[in-house]
Amino acid sequence: MEQAGNRPAVNLKGQAGGVPFNPHHQETAPGVNLAVEIAGLRLANPVLPASGTFGFGAEYAPFVELNRLGAIVVKTITLHPTPGNPPPRLTETYSGLLNSIGLQNPGLEVFIREKLPYLRQFTPPLIVNIAGRTIGEYAELAARLSEAAGVDALEVNISCPNVREGGIVFGTVPAMAARVTAAVKGNTPLPVIVKLTPNVTDITVVARAVVEAGADALSLINTLQGMAIDIDTRRPALASVVGGLSGPAVKPVALYNVWRVARTVKVPLIGMGGIMTARDAIEFLLAGATAVAVGTASLVNPGALMAIIAGLEDYLLDQGLADIRDLIGALEI
Amino acid sequence: MSNKIKIFVQRVKVLIQNLEAEVLASCRVGADVYLLRLQAPTIAEIARPGQFVHVRCSETLDPLLRRPLSIHDIGDGGGLVFLYQVRGRGTAWLARQQAGSRIDILGPLGRGFTLTTNKRIALVAGGLGIVPLLFIARQALENGNQVDFFYGARDRERLYQRETLQAMGVNLLLATDDGSAGFRGPVTKLWEQYLKERRYERAYACGPREELAEFAHLAARYDIPAEVSLEERMACGLGACRGCVTTLRDTTGNRYYENVCTGGPVFDAAAVEWEG
Repeated sequence: MEQAGNRPAVNLKGQAGGVPFNPHHQETAPGVNLAVEIAGLRLANPVLPASGTFGFGAEYAPFVELNRLGAIVVKTITLHPTPGNPPPRLTETYSGLLNSIGLQNPGLEVFIREKLPYLRQFTPPLIVNIAGRTIGEYAELAARLSEAAGVDALEVNISCPNVREGGIVFGTVPAMAARVTAAVKGNTPLPVIVKLTPNVTDITVVARAVVEAGADALSLINTLQGMAIDIDTRRPALASVVGGLSGPAVKPVALYNVWRVARTVKVPLIGMGGIMTARDAIEFLLAGATAVAVGTASLVNPGALMAIIAGLEDYLLDQGLADIRDLIGALEI
Repeated sequence: MSNKIKIFVQRVKVLIQNLEAEVLASCRVGADVYLLRLQAPTIAEIARPGQFVHVRCSETLDPLLRRPLSIHDIGDGGGLVFLYQVRGRGTAWLARQQAGSRIDILGPLGRGFTLTTNKRIALVAGGLGIVPLLFIARQALENGNQVDFFYGARDRERLYQRETLQAMGVNLLLATDDGSAGFRGPVTKLWEQYLKERRYERAYACGPREELAEFAHLAARYDIPAEVSLEERMACGLGACRGCVTTLRDTTGNRYYENVCTGGPVFDAAAVEWEG
């Protein structure tokens, strides 16, 4: 299996600076390092798509150059095909999106057979998000994806608010979260990233539990549980009654959770929740995230990921900074 | 032009585009219904009847999501024409835009209607279901089809674009709930009367869901291949988020969810699960 570490480094730190910013350029601007490392994976830049908002990559190919991403993160894969929840699955709230998709996906076999060959052609590390109804399913997903060429890391979804079995149940009870993490770790040589839910009393307790169980990195936050009601029909706006809230509306909550977890555990964090611009992304880096994931923004502007990567370079050049890693956890209080 | 260049041009033509389009004209044509014309020649030249454009209806992050608008017509010189009802904050914002404003659009998106040539076809529009059907009517006439256009609304005032349809040369058959124009009653009832005498080789519909269900039922009974254009709340428009699904039934009767944005918005009427 190809390891991300063998890929060409893009750390151009130390080269001559002073090149004017060009929004159309394809390469990292000389003099600026955007590369970061997460759980042994070298990312050319810290910007990732958030699982569930990016399909299997091909959907965004007209607008996103997949080779320019820090990593590719695909929609949650379950062991068997998952039909998802009945419609309506979406409703818009003030600067937010409430969804209850229910992890609709074609299942592991179809993913490996039909999606993976396309994804393998790109150079950024491929992170596959997995969810199980049981701990055994998580373990089996981990084992089988580890044998599939082209998968560079696993993101363990223990935080989906929209499925009846598994999902958030594993993410809200620290002991359960630890057991899932240990089961995945025990069945894969790949780096394991555990995705946390904010729908808990104290996210740092779960964070500590999964890190002790072997998590190599954490991603947070998944969506916040919420609901909306149509007062004309007196019915819930979503067929599933409740859903998960994302978008700019949740950003302060996401940032707060990232900041707290960053002060609690030593592993790298992928911060997400309402990031729409490069400035939003920098807030998460300052709060302690090593990388960021962009979700709802892509649903609004399909080219958002590219704009955010370009915006990070722009910011570094403007500020006269050579290395984005200098921003990680650099919040001054 | 060499073959190589031709192939390149064809490939470019299928691309979905995200661009800022200038508003050429925006006018109110009913109590809360607007006709909007945008200058978007690169989308207009490749758009097919039944496809839609995803429109950003804000300059800020609220409202957040784009609004999917079916293409109503293609105007002269690369104009894209939309007809829409103000339903919420997004469409209210859109209605405030005037000639010269620039609007962020993404398209053309979705699977359009299956076109035919030299056939007798029926178009059945309920209310704002007129939107995609005017576009296919124009295309169908150009393709030598005979077009019976059944158009129903609550009352005479809500039969938008009648003059445009008449000028195009369709056989326009009206229905209103209150009898203020044409047949009194649902447009599907009017269509049913014609079905008894006329053989349609294809039928297309757009409108309220109950009306589409009745349309599908009639099409099945008279054994007419039929397509419907569906509406659903939508986020990405690209098939990635799976937020806009509708329930379909495969040939063995199994139910499954399909994206309206990429699997539709036009579906085979017989494949739609009308109960679900």
